[in-house]
Amino acid sequence: MYKAKIHVTLRKSILDPKGKATHQALQNLGLNQINNVRIGKLIELDIHADSEDNARELAETACNQLLANEVMEDYQIEISDNSS
Amino acid sequence: MSKTIGVIVFPGSNCDHDAYHALKHVMGAETRFLWHKDNDLSGIDLLVIPGGFSYGDYLRSGAIARFSPIMQEVIQYSKQGKPVLGICNGFQILLEAGLLPGAMLYNEKLRFVCKNVYIRLENEDTLFTRGLEKGELLDIPVSHGEGNYFIDRDGLRELQDQNRIVFRYCNSEGFISAESNVNGSVDSIAGICNPTGNILGMMPHPERAVEPLLGSTDGKKIFEAVLDNLAVA
Repeated sequence: MYKAKIHVTLRKSILDPKGKATHQALQNLGLNQINNVRIGKLIELDIHADSEDNARELAETACNQLLANEVMEDYQIEISDNSS
Repeated sequence: MSKTIGVIVFPGSNCDHDAYHALKHVMGAETRFLWHKDNDLSGIDLLVIPGGFSYGDYLRSGAIARFSPIMQEVIQYSKQGKPVLGICNGFQILLEAGLLPGAMLYNEKLRFVCKNVYIRLENEDTLFTRGLEKGELLDIPVSHGEGNYFIDRDGLRELQDQNRIVFRYCNSEGFISAESNVNGSVDSIAGICNPTGNILGMMPHPERAVEPLLGSTDGKKIFEAVLDNLAVA
């Protein structure tokens, strides 16, 4: 059993209004060393696969076809072995 | 011959009855609901994908609705050149299904915008707008949190070159500026069509502007145009 952690974020070139508003609030808190905030989502998948490569391939397919919209989003996949 | 209109209902659609009322009772057209699990579009002359929050907007607006059984039929139907009108969430579903290009971001100012706006007709040569005048202003409400239309530079150029921007947000004088752009959309885009002009996606709600009681009847002009154009087709 593998676990895929998928981070979906808005593409760098796209303004992230939620991140911007949150950044403003952090500045209001006095946390002025924070220069930028980007907000995305974390999706976790439990995958039955016989190898890490297969698990990654499956997660890729899930991202391409549904989990991320590549018009506006990027994604990163982290795979870990959960069988223990 | 009278035309039959199908209004698709997804779990979470909430403008389906408004669209039904506008088409059936105001326009007097034969109209019926189509459940998202239906897969028979025979006898339907115009398909409307209404607004709302299909599947609770989970993941992204329209992303899950795209996998409803009826969407495979909608793709086939549209390939035959038959008309599909996606309003608000319906537009988002058309984008997610790849029937129209681009994607919707959160409104630039992060607020759900629900108010009447003016849109300017940019392309009077689609099945939905033939009979209206280029540059004509329509007073129609918007009601969305994710209507900030995004497309990359090349995609935008293609839309512009192929005259596929159908409506743009403007002020009451017809001028387009940052202030009149209610949600931050690229090029103030409020509605676009496919290359053959039989699929129209728009964020404003024409079905909410069909009777004087609603404050505007401009939405009716779009329904009149498409029904007239279908009658002569």
